Amino acid sequence: MRVTVRLFARLRDIAGAGELARDAPAGANVGVVWAALVADYPELSAYEKSISCAVNADYSRFTAAVADGDEIAFLPPVSGG
Amino acid sequence: MTPPTAITTAVLDVAALVRTIDVTGTGAVATFIGLVRDHNLGRRVLHLEYEAYEPLARRGLDLIREEAQEKWPEVRLLIHHRIGRMDIGEASVVIVAASPHRADAFAASRYAIERVKQIVPIWKHEYFEGGDVWVEGATADPDNADAREKAMRIACA
Repeated sequence: MRVTVRLFARLRDIAGAGELARDAPAGANVGVVWAALVADYPELSAYEKSISCAVNADYSRFTAAVADGDEIAFLPPVSGG
Repeated sequence: MTPPTAITTAVLDVAALVRTIDVTGTGAVATFIGLVRDHNLGRRVLHLEYEAYEPLARRGLDLIREEAQEKWPEVRLLIHHRIGRMDIGEASVVIVAASPHRADAFAASRYAIERVKQIVPIWKHEYFEGGDVWVEGATADPDNADAREKAMRIACA
């Protein structure tokens, strides 16, 4: 299946794009999508313990299943205000 | 009509935002304005660029309003966060809390800014003398009860 990955702030700089079309195996969860991303962009691994994720613009968990066409966002620690 | 929560690239006009609040029955309005500071961690800051995951950031602001409403049912709360490039001294966030009594207005506005810093997906890109860096604060997790309690403790101190 095909998913859209959204990356922000430093994660976007590392990958060189804020939006990536990615293939994911059937039955994949968010963690699988993240692991494949880290394999392609090893610098992302520094964020393993500090990122949050969202599926279709709603906060989610790395164990959550993803579906074809989903938008999966990875969020480094936030700094608004 | 001005919505009570917004992520916007427009300049934040505090007085105009205060005027959008229905103050019928209230006796106190507390405003909080977050400004772009000229220094951070010993660096001389030149300007900031804010980025957001907008749909989720809007949801985050709405969630903060709901949480505040639960704790302070009489408070009317507005939270507008600006994104994009901002120079030193410009307002990046405006919070307005109107309430029958001042204690709740102060507490709700303090709670709101603490929660903005905890859970809203917005990032500062700091351009300082000699370089630039993405500022990284809290790992955003709206379900983290400890973070929520911490914000509440600060608000009610």
